[in-house]
Amino acid sequence: MNVNIAAQINSVLAALILLTAFGLLVQRRIYGLLHIFAWQGLFLSISTAIVGYTAGLHHLYISAILTLTLKVFALPYILYVLIHRLKIHKEVEDMVNIPTTMLIGIALVIFSYHLTAPIRELSTLVTRSTLAVALATVMLGLLMMITRKKAVTQIIGFLALENGLFFAATSATYGMPLVVELGVALDILIAAFIFGIFFFQIRTTFDSLDLKEMEKLKEED
Amino acid sequence: MMKAYPLLIEGLQVIIVLLGAPLMVGWVRMLKCWLQGRQSAGPFQPYRDISKLLIKDIVLAENASWIFRFAPYAVFGATLMAGSIIPIISVDLPLTATADIIALVALFAIARFFTALAGMDIGTAFGGMGSSREMMVASLAEPAMLMSVFTVSLVSHSTSLSHMAHTVMEGTLMLRPSLAFALMAFVLIAIAETGRIPVDNPATHLELTMIHEAMVLEYSGRHLALIEWAGMMKLFLFSSLGIALFFPWGIAVADEAMMLPVALIALVAKLALVGLLIVLIETRLAKMRIFRVTEFLGSAFLLATLGMLSYFMLE
Amino acid sequence: MTLLPLGPVFLSILLFLFTAAITPLFAGRPHALVRVSFLLSAAASLMALAGGFFAVSNGAVDTMTLPIGLPDLPFYLRVDVLSGFFVTVVSLLGLFVSIYSIGYVKGFIGQRPVSTLVVFYCLFMAGMLMVLISDDAYSFMVSWELMAASSYFLVVFEDEHASNRRAAFIYLLIAHIGAVLILLSFGVIAGFASGFESFNGYTFSAMRSSTITPAWASVAFLLAFFGFAAKAGMMPLHVWLPEAHPVAPSNVSALMSGVMLKTAIYGIMRVTFDILHISSWWWGGLVLVLGLVSAVMGILSALMQVDLKRLLAYSSVENIGIILVCLGLAMIFASFNMSVLAALALVAGLYHVLNHAMFKGLLFMGAGAVLHSTHERNMENMGGLIHRMKWTAPMFLVGCLSIAALPPFNGFISEWLIFQTFLLSPVLPSPVLNLLIPLGAALLALTAALAARCFVKAYGVVFLGHWRGAHQHGVHEAGLSMRAGMLLAAVSCLLLGVLPSFVIRWLDVIPQTLVGGTISLSAHEFGWLWLTPVSAGRASYSAPIVFLGILLVVAVVYMIFHARKTSIRRAPVWDCGFGKLTNRMQYNSTSFAMPLRRIFGFLFGIKEVARAAGDPALSPMFMDRYIYHLKMRDRIWYGLYKPVSDASFWFARRVGRLQHGRIQIYLLYSFLTLIVLLVFA
Repeated sequence: MNVNIAAQINSVLAALILLTAFGLLVQRRIYGLLHIFAWQGLFLSISTAIVGYTAGLHHLYISAILTLTLKVFALPYILYVLIHRLKIHKEVEDMVNIPTTMLIGIALVIFSYHLTAPIRELSTLVTRSTLAVALATVMLGLLMMITRKKAVTQIIGFLALENGLFFAATSATYGMPLVVELGVALDILIAAFIFGIFFFQIRTTFDSLDLKEMEKLKEED
Repeated sequence: MMKAYPLLIEGLQVIIVLLGAPLMVGWVRMLKCWLQGRQSAGPFQPYRDISKLLIKDIVLAENASWIFRFAPYAVFGATLMAGSIIPIISVDLPLTATADIIALVALFAIARFFTALAGMDIGTAFGGMGSSREMMVASLAEPAMLMSVFTVSLVSHSTSLSHMAHTVMEGTLMLRPSLAFALMAFVLIAIAETGRIPVDNPATHLELTMIHEAMVLEYSGRHLALIEWAGMMKLFLFSSLGIALFFPWGIAVADEAMMLPVALIALVAKLALVGLLIVLIETRLAKMRIFRVTEFLGSAFLLATLGMLSYFMLE
Repeated sequence: MTLLPLGPVFLSILLFLFTAAITPLFAGRPHALVRVSFLLSAAASLMALAGGFFAVSNGAVDTMTLPIGLPDLPFYLRVDVLSGFFVTVVSLLGLFVSIYSIGYVKGFIGQRPVSTLVVFYCLFMAGMLMVLISDDAYSFMVSWELMAASSYFLVVFEDEHASNRRAAFIYLLIAHIGAVLILLSFGVIAGFASGFESFNGYTFSAMRSSTITPAWASVAFLLAFFGFAAKAGMMPLHVWLPEAHPVAPSNVSALMSGVMLKTAIYGIMRVTFDILHISSWWWGGLVLVLGLVSAVMGILSALMQVDLKRLLAYSSVENIGIILVCLGLAMIFASFNMSVLAALALVAGLYHVLNHAMFKGLLFMGAGAVLHSTHERNMENMGGLIHRMKWTAPMFLVGCLSIAALPPFNGFISEWLIFQTFLLSPVLPSPVLNLLIPLGAALLALTAALAARCFVKAYGVVFLGHWRGAHQHGVHEAGLSMRAGMLLAAVSCLLLGVLPSFVIRWLDVIPQTLVGGTISLSAHEFGWLWLTPVSAGRASYSAPIVFLGILLVVAVVYMIFHARKTSIRRAPVWDCGFGKLTNRMQYNSTSFAMPLRRIFGFLFGIKEVARAAGDPALSPMFMDRYIYHLKMRDRIWYGLYKPVSDASFWFARRVGRLQHGRIQIYLLYSFLTLIVLLVFA
């Protein structure tokens, strides 16, 4: 497999990751969100493996396998169980309507393309063109956290944001050192657990997972 | 002989469009029956329907004006004109250069404009409702359509249909996410434009869900036959437009008479597949609420825009 | 034979002024007055038309100096290809509208002083032509004011309603704010042309040769752009337009919407392309963005209207937006020195100027005919006019098809050229522009589709269905001259749509002079049948073949299916077995726009209240009556203009406190002023 084809496949995967990032914004059902998130993880892991193959960096295979197990199977499963146990409402509730979110998303993609233009000119890696996509994925994850009401959608947004960071790392510098990556992976897992515990806590306190309830925590004037 | 060849092939294409469209619709209906465990009337039922309608007498509403009587002919004429432009059996039709893809979209817009006017002409609530909804769907589909066209024309550096088909056929095989996105957007738009599930249901006459049928509710006889026939051609043409833009392999090139049989077989095979795809989509999905169409076409616009963005960002 | 173009145009202006001057001779004979004066204006328009047409086709420049005005500041007049083109547009529509007016103005006889209308009509036409041929800032501003003032009097012609007077006041106010900005812009440029001590810089030729620093050039551009845009009705300076255009008599509305707005476009082109020369791409970017905003918001507002003439006025905002989009693209391309693409964008824009004049003129004339016979402007009360107005209906349909950009009519040609320009934008060397401009194309596509929707609504509600109002008295067909005026405009819509290559070959000299590029060579590779703006491989469109093709197919299908012997039976519409269908059950303008209010309503301040009235105990499901209220607030008015007007009133009241009415206090003011001056002098 020559480098050119690998770069092409990588571009396609980048496009798919961008698509899934938008899919997360557009999807109305929570289980649908989990599926899309799992797909995003899958594309990310394939992309990591391909970058590892073309660059000859074998530690990227390990990251790829980590991504695969964690983000494609483990985390979606944990979230699935959480949603099931907590009997969360199956529809995503949004604060900004979906078409508007999409338009903001498109603007963010253009913005990140504009931001990464100087880096693209300096970098010599085959994967440099995907950097804009990575940055856009981060921003879209953040956008999702901002525009959605429920805690579960927030954590999915957070995880998507992390996916974007990871993708940025592989595309800009061929990945972080393995130790860092392991640490991050572990962090994510722990974060998921902590989120889970929080959900239970929030629910027992407020009888709801709507983050609007948290507004009550402030002092009364 | 060489002089007459382009004219012959053009004539052949018009006949294929005229006769192939009901067959394709018949095929779709037949497949759907099979998939839903019903007995089908065979793929030739649309021909019988049209010929029955053509010999029937016409009942016109009392205050129908000339717009109402003229609209079927305008719709049929504009659609058939579009059918002679799209490269269906040969990339180098003499008429393909008369209109590029933007003009082609405008030809379909003529048909829509007159159908909507005819819907308003009788002065019933249904007709106005259908027109209003149809124009809503169209106005949302248009930006997505243009964006999709933009993306394809970025790759082919042209909006001329034969050039676009040529570029995809002769270009080196390359993975292009932009074209894939444009294709996905095109499929969504085509579903909306041809009034298929989940946007509109061509088989329903339930007032809450009708769009296209509501506009043509008052038609009868040969007028109805022309409108139905034009609707079938529209489905056929959008399918073959998608084929010509994204999967043109097999369409005959230049003046090679030998290529024609191959092109015909390829066309039949591709259209049969498209029909299967339509049936799968329609069997799997339910019709969506009318105001969900905004999101549906919004996604089409998003996909087309992503195609454009990924052309610049990734290719 | 070289025909000098300025002569006919100048004579035509004189003829207009003459027509205005002889009006008193016809006191007491209004019928004769109307006939003579509008025939004379038609003749004058024809003369100007010849001048303008030859100015463009010869590519000649013709100048003249008139020793009038202030001493040492004579009027400079000049006709070049740009002004020639606009003179052609103005006088072509002027010709059609003058013919139309013979019948239309007759309807006012006995109700209003027709002579005022005639006088200001002639002054208005003369003012527009003078704006186009002035070649110095002084005569330009004088003509500009003549145009604004005469149109003000035309707007207040039917002055019995307070709303009409208010509309005219807003119009005059914004026109003057615009004029001040234009004057300032000329001042900046003239300052660079000759220094502030000399007055020689006030001619356009001196301005053209001046060298301006880029920063001041941008200032001059911004001043001129916003000044002219206020007159053109660009968002957010459009508020006067939907107020003023509907209340003017329809022949005047046709001229105002069709051509007066174009004089502002002419001003923008004159200043940016001819006098200043484009220095940076953000000028174009600004024009493009504001053009897109006007286009989308204009057509959305048009869709929400229930008043036919207001709908048309808002649609003018949309079309001005489209023209500005072309200018913006042309400026962007010109700033990157891509002269061919800039030429394509300019041709698209100029073509749209011409097209919009034709179809908007036609539509306003049609609306005038409807108004004339139904005495009704509210579309909710119209319907079924196609049965009564057998001539007006098809001509209005032509206007609707043209404005909805459907082939084979003219709107489509300019639309197609604009999309081609957009599709060529990826060659720009700026990556961000590459990503952003396609989104503009998508917005334009949205605009085009919404325009189609808007005019399906307008035509469907006004001409189709049943009459919606209470009673329908005396609805009749328009008179012969009105029909003639509309027919001429409709025919030109068709001709401009079917034979675009002749028109483009004619006006191609304008981009050559302005941006140094031309598209004609590539456009005519295959003769007049084809329109290939860049190359045959890139895109081609053959309007004649498409037209003949549709005609042929429709004719053949008609022959085959219609010649057969089948009986046609007329029957009442099936009412689903309930009571009889009434005309209140039809979709009307408000209900037609309902999906749009759902989707784009957030852009407007919309308040909808629907409630049922009746006795719920009697039948809880079927109420006697349903009451529906819809209130729409123009956000721009309340967000932008209201604060400004409130603030100025507040300030005026503060200043007003100086007024006490006591003479001693006024003397004190004078005394204090004197002291202050003495101290600081």
